[in-house]
Amino acid sequence: MNDMADDIGLLNRPAHELAALIRSGEISAVAVTEASLARIEALNPTVKAFLTVTPDLALEAAKATDDALARGEELGPLAGVPIAIKDNLCVDGVLCTCASKILDGYRAVYDATVVERVKAVGMPIVGKTNLDEFAMGSSTENSAFFVTHNPWDLSKVPGGSSGGSAAAVAARMAPLALGSDTGGSIRQPASFCGITGLKTTYGRVSRYGLVGYGSSLDQVGALAADCVDAALLTAVIAGQDPRDTTSADVPVPDYVGELTGDVTGLRVGIVRELMGEGIDPEVRESVLTVARALEGMGASTGEASIPHIDYALPVYYLIGPAEASSNLARFDGMRYGHRTKERAADHIEMYSRTRAEGFGPEVKRRIMTGTYALSAGYYDAYYLKAQKVRTLLRLDVEAALGQFDVLLSPTTPLTAFGIGELVNDPIAMYMADICTFAANLAGVPGLSVPCGFTKAGLPIGAQFTGRAFEEGTILRVGDAYQRATSHHTSLPGLLGAGG
Amino acid sequence: MTTQPLIGLEVHAQLLTASKMFCGCPTEFGAPPNTQVCPICTAQPGALPVPNQRAVEMTILTGLALHCDIAPRSVFARKNYFYPDLTKNYQISQYEQPLCENGYVLIDTESGPKRIRVRRVHLEEDTGKNIHGGAGAASRIDFNRCGLPLMEIVSEPDLTSADECRAYLQKLQLILRWIGVCNGNMEEGSMRCEPTVNVIEVGGSAKTALVEIKNLASFRAVHQAVDYEILRHTRALLAGESTTRETRRWLAEGRTETMRSKEEAHDYRYFPEPDLMPLEVDEAMVTRIGADMPEGPDEVRERLIEQYELSSYDATVMTQSREFAAFFEAAAGAAEDPKAVANWMQGDFARLLNETGTPLAESKVSPAGLADLVRLIADGAISGKMAKTVFERMFETGKAPALIVDEEGMSQISDTSALEPVIDKAIADNPEAVENYRSGKKKALGALVGQIMKETKGQANPALVNELLVQRLGE
Amino acid sequence: MIPVSVTRDDVAHVARLARLAMSEQELDQMHGYFEAILEHFAKLAAVDTEGVEPTSHPLARANVTREDCVTEPMDRTKLLANAPLADGECFLVPQIMEDE
Ligand SMILES: [Zn+2]
Repeated sequence: MNDMADDIGLLNRPAHELAALIRSGEISAVAVTEASLARIEALNPTVKAFLTVTPDLALEAAKATDDALARGEELGPLAGVPIAIKDNLCVDGVLCTCASKILDGYRAVYDATVVERVKAVGMPIVGKTNLDEFAMGSSTENSAFFVTHNPWDLSKVPGGSSGGSAAAVAARMAPLALGSDTGGSIRQPASFCGITGLKTTYGRVSRYGLVGYGSSLDQVGALAADCVDAALLTAVIAGQDPRDTTSADVPVPDYVGELTGDVTGLRVGIVRELMGEGIDPEVRESVLTVARALEGMGASTGEASIPHIDYALPVYYLIGPAEASSNLARFDGMRYGHRTKERAADHIEMYSRTRAEGFGPEVKRRIMTGTYALSAGYYDAYYLKAQKVRTLLRLDVEAALGQFDVLLSPTTPLTAFGIGELVNDPIAMYMADICTFAANLAGVPGLSVPCGFTKAGLPIGAQFTGRAFEEGTILRVGDAYQRATSHHTSLPGLLGAGG
Repeated sequence: MTTQPLIGLEVHAQLLTASKMFCGCPTEFGAPPNTQVCPICTAQPGALPVPNQRAVEMTILTGLALHCDIAPRSVFARKNYFYPDLTKNYQISQYEQPLCENGYVLIDTESGPKRIRVRRVHLEEDTGKNIHGGAGAASRIDFNRCGLPLMEIVSEPDLTSADECRAYLQKLQLILRWIGVCNGNMEEGSMRCEPTVNVIEVGGSAKTALVEIKNLASFRAVHQAVDYEILRHTRALLAGESTTRETRRWLAEGRTETMRSKEEAHDYRYFPEPDLMPLEVDEAMVTRIGADMPEGPDEVRERLIEQYELSSYDATVMTQSREFAAFFEAAAGAAEDPKAVANWMQGDFARLLNETGTPLAESKVSPAGLADLVRLIADGAISGKMAKTVFERMFETGKAPALIVDEEGMSQISDTSALEPVIDKAIADNPEAVENYRSGKKKALGALVGQIMKETKGQANPALVNELLVQRLGE
Repeated sequence: MIPVSVTRDDVAHVARLARLAMSEQELDQMHGYFEAILEHFAKLAAVDTEGVEPTSHPLARANVTREDCVTEPMDRTKLLANAPLADGECFLVPQIMEDE
C-alpha cells in the first residue's frame, strides 16, 4: 500500500469506502491522511486549492482515530477520513484569511461548530482551502493570494466561491471538503469541478465560526465525490447549535438511510425559466438527460415555474451586500488583521486606509453597494424593496415545491470559463450564479450533481432544489441518479489513474 | 414673549444580569482590562450573538413598572457606525419595534404630581472603553464593558425645568433599583443620561433648535447642564437669534460646547439584525414576568400613609428604597408606634448608616430590634436619651436593646418607692430652691431634678421625678 | 420609487460612510460600476409589492435566547496575540478624536 500508484488509487475511492477500510483495520487513518497530504504536496503547486496545509493537526487526529480503533472503540461512519476546510471557517489556532489581505496572519481563536463536529467524529483536517475573498465571487479569482485552477482544465476557473474546496475534492487531494454557499458558492464550483455539492436548508447547519457574508443567506455545506459522501458529511455537521440562534430546532434525519435508490412516483419539476435563453445548449441537453433518466426510474416530470426568478439577481445583490457591508465592518485593523503602515491622523483615517489596503475590488464593490442600499433615503427603495421581492420569490419556490417534490435545473448556465475571461466584467460574472440564487433567497436546500461533460471535456452539473429540511429527498434523487450513471466517478486527467 | 423649555431625557441603564447581553462573559465592574471578553464581544470573525433571556425579562419588567405597552413582537436591529470601542462597528439595538412603548413616570413637583410620558424602552449592548493615553499618540482600549446589557429609556419632552429633570431621574433610579434591574450608579456609569433641550414660545410658533447634551456623569451635572441650556436657548429665542440642531458636550467648567452638528450626524443604516430571531412576547409571558413585580414605590408610599398614618414626607423617606420600606414595615408592624419607627429610621439610623457607609442590608440592627427599642421607650423602661446610646450599641453589636440595657445597667427607675428617698434628700439639701419654687419661680424645679438625676446616675424616669416633685412641693 | 442615477459625489459619500479610502481613479471606476448595477436594481421597481411583507429571514423562529449563565472568558494573551498593536493589557490604536 505504500507506493504512489496505490496511494492514488486509494484516494480515488469515495469517503465512505475509505472509512470502511479504516474501520475494518485494512488501512490506518494515518496512512489515508499521509496519502492525502502527499497528494496535496504533489498537486497543490498546480491546482492551488489550499491556502494553508495542516499536516500536524491532521496526523494527530488520524492517530487518535487509529488509537481509538486499537482500543476497540466503535468508529463513526467518517472516522479517519481527511477533510479540507474552506478558509472562511475558523479552526482554532490555524490561519483564517478568508483569502483577504485584511486577515493576513490572523489565527482563529476558536473552532467553528462545524469544525468542532468534524473533529469530534475523528476526521483529520488537512488544510484550509482557497476562495473568493470573503466568499464573494464565482471563480476564486477574487482571492487576494492566488487563483485556483480547475483540475479538469487548468486554464479554467474552478468556480467559486468555494473553488478551493471543490478543486481539492475533484483532484481527490481530500475525499471531502466543507464549503459555504450564499448565492451558489458550493453548488456552482461543484458543478464546474464535476463533484457533488449540497447547500442545506437555511438553519440546518450552524453558522457559528463561519465568517459572515450575508447572514440571512449563508449556509455551510458538503463538497463530496458522490451523494452518499455528501449525506454522511451533512449528517455530521447538521443540527441545532445553541451558539447560532438562526439554527433550526428540527431533528436531523438519517440521510444515508434515505438513500434508497427508489424514486418511483417522485414528481420532478423542470424549472422553465432556467432552461431557456442564456443557458448553454450543451448544459440544457445534459440536464434533460437527467430528467429522462429519472423518468426511466419511475419518477414523473413536468414543467415548474418560478416567475420572479428574473429578479433574483438584483434581490441577491442588494440583500447579500447590505448584510455584508455591516458584517465586514469589524475588519478595521483594531483588534486583528492588517493595519495600515501609513501614519493616520485619527482613527477614521486609519480605518479608511486599512480597509482600502486590505479589501480587494469585488469586496469593496459589495461593501459600497450594500452601504448605499442601507443609507438614509435609499433603504425603502432598495433594501426593503428587495426584501419584499424576496418574499415573492420565496412564495414562488414554495408554490413550485407544492406542485413538485424536487425542482430540476442546470446548476450553472455555462460550464467553467477561462481564468481571466470575466474578471473585468463583474456583472457578467454574477450571471454564473443565476440558477443558484433562488435556493438561498428562499432558504431551501439545493444539490448539484455531475450530469455529463461538454465536448471540450468540462463537467456539467444538474441542480436539485428541495423543500425546506428535505435534504433527504434531493439526496435520494441525486443518489438514485448516480447509481444509474457514472459521471461522478470520472476523474480529471491530471490524476493519471481512473480518469 | 412667554417661553417654555421642553426637555426630554434619554437614559441608559445597565441591567443587573450575571452575564453580558449576547455572550456569557461576566459583568463585574472594575476587572483588569480585557479579562471579561470572548470571541463574541470582541467581534472575532464568525462569532454570533445569543440574547440573554434574563435581560429581555428585566426590560419587560421595567416596561411594566413604567406602565408601558409590551410589544407582542419586537426585533433587534443593527446600528452601524465605526468607533474603536465598538468591536463589530455596529451596535445591536432595537429601532423600529422596541420591546416597550408608551409608558409614564410620576414625579412630584411644586404644583403636585406630574406624569412624564415614556416613549420607549429598548434593549441594546454597551460599548468598550477608551483609556486615553497621556502624552503619547495612542489610545488604549478595554472591552470588558463591551456587550453589557443596556436599556435605553426615552421620555417625551414633557419636562420643563432642571428640577423636574432631577426629580424624573431620581424617580427612575428609585424604580429601577426597586425592581432590581439596575443599581442606578451614575458615577460607575451604570445609569447614564442624555437630555435633549429646546425652548418654545408659549402660544406662538417661535422655537429654538433641539440640542442633545452629552458627558453628564451625575445628577448635579444634568441639573447644571439643563439649566445652562435653558438659559442659552431662552436668550436666543428672545433675541430672535437662529440656533442649530446639534449635539453639545458638557464641560467641567460649567458650560456646553458644540460636539457635532446635525449635518455631520451619523447615518446609522439601521436594518433588522439577521443573526437574531425576533422576540415574541405573549400574555402568558407578560403575566409570568409581572408576577415578579413588587408593589411599586408610589403604591407603598400611599399605603404607608393610609396604614401607618405617616405624614406624606415620612412616607416618602420610608420609600427611598425597597429595602428601607420593607425594614420600616417589619419594624412598624412589631412596634406600636410607627411614627416613632419612622423617626428612628430617618434620624439616628440613617445617620449611622451614612457615617459608616453601611448598606441597610448589611446593618446589624434588625427590624425586631428597632421595634423592641421603641417599645422600651414607650414603656418608660429607658429614657429617650438613654435610647440613643442603646441604639448606638445595637448598631455596633447587633445585640437586643433589652440585653444592652441590662448589661450596661441602664434601666430607668420608674418605681415611686425607690425614688421617694432621693426626692426627700434633694428637698432637704436645697432649701433655697424649694423656697424659690414655692414663691412662684417654677424654674427652680430644674435644679432639684438635676440633683435627682445626678444622684440616680441619670436612670430616674424624668417624667415621674417631675410629677412626684411637683406633688411633694405642693403639699 | 427607485432612484435611477447616482452621482460621483454620492459614491464618494458612500465611500466615506463605508470607511474606504479611494483614489480619484477608483472613484471613477466605482461610479461606473454603480451605474451598471443600479440598472439591475431598477428592475425591482416593476414588481408590485403592495401589501407584501418583507422577508428579513428565511427561518420562522422567535425567542431564541440563552439562560443568564456566566462562561469562562477567553485568555487575554491569546486575544492580544492577533492585535496589530497591544501592550499586554489593552489594544492600542491611534489617538481617538473626542467624537462620541
Ligand atoms: Zn464575551
